[in-house]
Formats: sequence, C-alpha cells, structure tokens
Amino acid sequence: MKTFGGKVLFLDRSDINTDEIIPAKYLTEISKEALRPHMLEDLKLDGFSSQDPAVFSSKVVVTRANFGCGSSREHAPWVFEVNDINVVIASSFARIFRQNMFNCGMLAIELPEAQIEELFQHKGADACIAIDFEKDMLTIISPNGTKAFLFRLAEFDKALVKAGGWVEFADLRY
Amino acid sequence: MAMTLAEKIFKSHVRDEPFPGALVLDIDVVLCHEITTPIAINDLVARGKDRVFDASKIKAVIDHVTPAKDSKTAQQGKIMRDWARRHGIRDFFDVGRNGVCHAIFPEKGFIRPGYTVIMGDSHTCTHGAFGAFAAGVGTTDLEVGILKGVCSFRAPETIRVNVEGILPEGVYAKDVILCVIKHLTVKGATDCVIEFRGNVVTKMSMESRMTLCNMAIEAGGTSGVCMPDEVTVEYLWPFVSGEYADKAAALADFKKWWSDEGCTYKKVLNIDVTNMEPQVTVGYKPDEVKNVSEVAGTPVDQVYIGSCTNGRIEDLRVAAAYLKGRKISPLIRGIVSPATPKIFRDAEDEGIIRIFMDAGFCVTNPTCGACLGMSNGVLAPGEVCASTTNRNFNGRMGKGGMVHLMSPAVAAVTALEGKIADPRTFAKESM
Repeated sequence: MKTFGGKVLFLDRSDINTDEIIPAKYLTEISKEALRPHMLEDLKLDGFSSQDPAVFSSKVVVTRANFGCGSSREHAPWVFEVNDINVVIASSFARIFRQNMFNCGMLAIELPEAQIEELFQHKGADACIAIDFEKDMLTIISPNGTKAFLFRLAEFDKALVKAGGWVEFADLRY
Repeated sequence: MAMTLAEKIFKSHVRDEPFPGALVLDIDVVLCHEITTPIAINDLVARGKDRVFDASKIKAVIDHVTPAKDSKTAQQGKIMRDWARRHGIRDFFDVGRNGVCHAIFPEKGFIRPGYTVIMGDSHTCTHGAFGAFAAGVGTTDLEVGILKGVCSFRAPETIRVNVEGILPEGVYAKDVILCVIKHLTVKGATDCVIEFRGNVVTKMSMESRMTLCNMAIEAGGTSGVCMPDEVTVEYLWPFVSGEYADKAAALADFKKWWSDEGCTYKKVLNIDVTNMEPQVTVGYKPDEVKNVSEVAGTPVDQVYIGSCTNGRIEDLRVAAAYLKGRKISPLIRGIVSPATPKIFRDAEDEGIIRIFMDAGFCVTNPTCGACLGMSNGVLAPGEVCASTTNRNFNGRMGKGGMVHLMSPAVAAVTALEGKIADPRTFAKESM
C-alpha cells in the first residue's frame, strides 16, 4: 500500500480537467517518470504557478467539484504519483479520473462541499493533512488549528488501495 | 422489472460483484490506440504477463500522431505494431489504413447493439450510438481489459434526453449536443449514461448519432446511447447479414436492448430544437455555450474541421455545401482532416476534397492530432481556433490558444468570413 498524507496543495477551482493536470503534448512519453516536471502546467488558476517549488513538495491536493474531468489519460494520476502526491480530496470527481486513482492504489476522497470549504479555511497557512486509512479519517493541521473529518470509501475502492491497484486485484481474482 | 438499455447490458455481462455495487463486466471489444496503450503493454511485459485475453476482441489503431512526428511517437507506434504482431491482433490499423479511432472502429462494423466496449480514450462513449455500453477508461483498466477481458463499473443510472421538434436549416447534431451539455453542465451526467431519444434522434443518421454520443463525456457521462433501430440495421447490415435471415430479424434482435417502458431514469431532459440556433462555445468549458448570434463577428485565426466528433462524410458534405465555389478569408488557416481513409476516398469521389482545396483548405490525412494540440494544426499562444472538435479546455489545441466548438456548418462559414459567422445567412449548394 502507498503512503498517504503530508503538505497540502490547495487548488481553489471546480472542473479542473486532465489537460490542465498534464497537457497532451507530454502524452508521447512512455515512462511515468518523464511526466514529473510538467504537473499542472496548463492549470488556469489566478496566482498559481506550476513552477513554484511549494507545488512539488506537496503530498495532498485539496480542490473543489468535478476534479479530473475531460480526457481519460491516466497520466493525470501518474504525474501526481511520481511527484509523491497520492491523495486528492474534492467535493466530487469525474468518473474516469476517480477510477484511475483507485486503480493505481491512490486515494480520491470525496467530502461534502461544506467540509471542503472548512479545509480551504487553512489555505495560505502551512497546512498538512494526515490520513488514517483504517479509520477512514483525515486530519488537517495548520497554524489555524486542527480538525478531523471522517470520509467514506466504497468497499471495492478500499480493496483496490489495499491490493496496490486494479491489476494486482484482478490478477488474483480473474 | 423494467430496465434501461444500460441495465440490460450490465445484467447480461456481469462476471462478478466483488463488493456490493461494484460490477465487473465481461468486455466484448477492447479498443486500443498508441497514446494510452504502450504503457499498458510495457507494464504487462514487465510483470511477465504479456498476454491478451482474446486477440479477436482487441482492435488497435495508430491515430493520435500519424505518421509519427518524432522519435517518441515513432516508438509508441512501434510498441503497438510489435505487440499486435506478436499476439496475432489482426484488426490493427497502421499508417495508410488508419483513421480516428471512434470513426474507423464503427466503420469496420466492430460495434454491435448490446456490446460492452472499453478504450483508453474518453470519447469511447461515441460507440453507444449503436446501442452499446461504451466507456472511456484509463490505462490500468485497459491493461486489465487486454489481459482478462473484464472491467469494473458502478451500476449506472440513466439520464434520458428527449430531442423533439424539427431541426431548422443550419442546425445539426453538434448544435443539439452542445445545447444538451449547456443544460446538463460539465458534471451533470457523472456516473450516468445519457440516453438520446425523441423524433429528431430517430431521424438521425448513425453519423449524427455518433456526434451526439461522442460528447456525452463532456457532461461527465459514462456512455451516450441511442436505441438500435432500422438506421442501425442498415449501417451494420454488411457486417451482420450472415447472422440474420433478413433485416427484420436483425431489427427484432436489436430491439431487445431497448429501454423498457416504465424503466427508471435519474432525470429526463426535454429539448425542442424547432427554434434552436447554431451553438458555439465560449470560454474554456464545453458547457459554456451561446447562440451563434451572440458570438458572430469574433475573429479567429484557424478553422479546423475533423475529429471523432465531426470528421465523418456527412460533416464534410455539410461544410462543402457552404464552401463550394467560395474562397476562405486570407486571414484564416483552414484545415480539414477526413476521419478515415474511407471517408477521405468517398469525399474525393464526391468532389468534396477538391471543394475544400479550391476554397483554400489544407487537407490532412486522418488523425486526431490538432484536436488535442499534438500535431497537424497546433495553435500559437494567443491564437483562436474555430473547431468542430469536442473540447475547448485551456491550451487544448496548443498552449495559450483558445478554441470555440461548433458544427461543420458554422466552421465552414467562419472560414469564409474570417470571424465566427451564422450559416443561416449563407446560401449553400446541394451536395
């Protein structure tokens, strides 16, 4: 199983698409590692620079609704994975992106919009999120305070994370 | 119990339910292209599992960058080619025989009513036009599909869209689907199948139905679907005639997939097209849609006609009807990419290629290239493209570029004017 949690990258926008997470021109790469410098390169978000070193030291993304819409490219979870970001927390996800995350043994956690808003209250502070996978709990810790939230994952998605991904799960079962 | 088309397909394909609500389906056709498949192939090789579940159920094409533009894309092609050869994948379409995946695979008769179809490409929802459940997936799902012939889904709910009325002159399937996305929003159909019904859809060709279903994903939908009917039978007849006594028998068999009376829909959306204007996107999301009259006059630098949305013969005929005997604006770069070699050849035979060339268009080989800014028509920063494709995301056709999505008719007259124009104000030739 992967390790989850750490410094938070807040992306305060809905409908962030996979072209923004990893532009198509990098889809000619055949190694995940080669994607690493291009994470969020075309993200349209005021005040955001994909070259900011803080982006690359993050471990958790917190964002809004419909994250990962658009193209099915698994290069989007992969560019997070090779940058050691194994968790995305959003109020909702596009189906293919969400499935790709769990298929890679990564976490796509949905929280109600009000709780996402609470997480965003820590934006600008030096925030970290700890994940307790067994207890379905995440805790945000920043100079603004500490607060725990319970989340729910489908049993199947939990099994994929524990197995290390869909290839591992399917190979044992089918 | 009354079931939707999608529920019937799920019921007939469930291999396993490892956890409540997680349905693992047997897959009838696994489609592959050179952008998302090579990493799956390499991973299977690295795991010592370089096998395929059934070579006859795997179809592959090189379409995103073709012919190869550099060593990296050449390598992607080579991985596909070598893999297809070593596993005996006979339906592999390489340079000269290749076309845009969602145009060439249906054209070859690979998609049938009631099928489950996956591909590492979000616009796989296109194939639902045949009454199939067709879903875009990531590379890991594709990899398991290749190896085991299965894929997991949550049980889908269905949104029914009734398209009624009479399509006005200059208004096409593309305008209908842009209008549907405007109503549903980019996330309104997440985890849902969008079922296109109504008298307008019944009268549509398979090409137009594919245009509708193609953009289901832009509302978040897992698959678009249409009910397989006489039009479907006619399209598929060359491929299924050996399996049925006559067309009536094929129709009866296809109709078993129709959604039952009284089945449960998550939502029903009614669209009356009678007074619809041509639709054009603004901004960077495909649900930001306006009437053409609101955006007419917006200057553009490039016009692109092609893609899995609107690169079929019917689309080229529509554009040519406006372009015939005219020249595009000297300020415009016009690019047309017929989506398959057959479409290219038919367009050649019908005089359409000449019309495009006489008008000043560049005619490229079949490829996805320009739509996602990979090749054959990439924008420079600050440039604007009027495009018949499916995504207007920031940077989609080139970093810093902007895209307006529209029908082939609007694209054609926009090329003539050098700015977004309304096809209803142009005379057109009959094609």
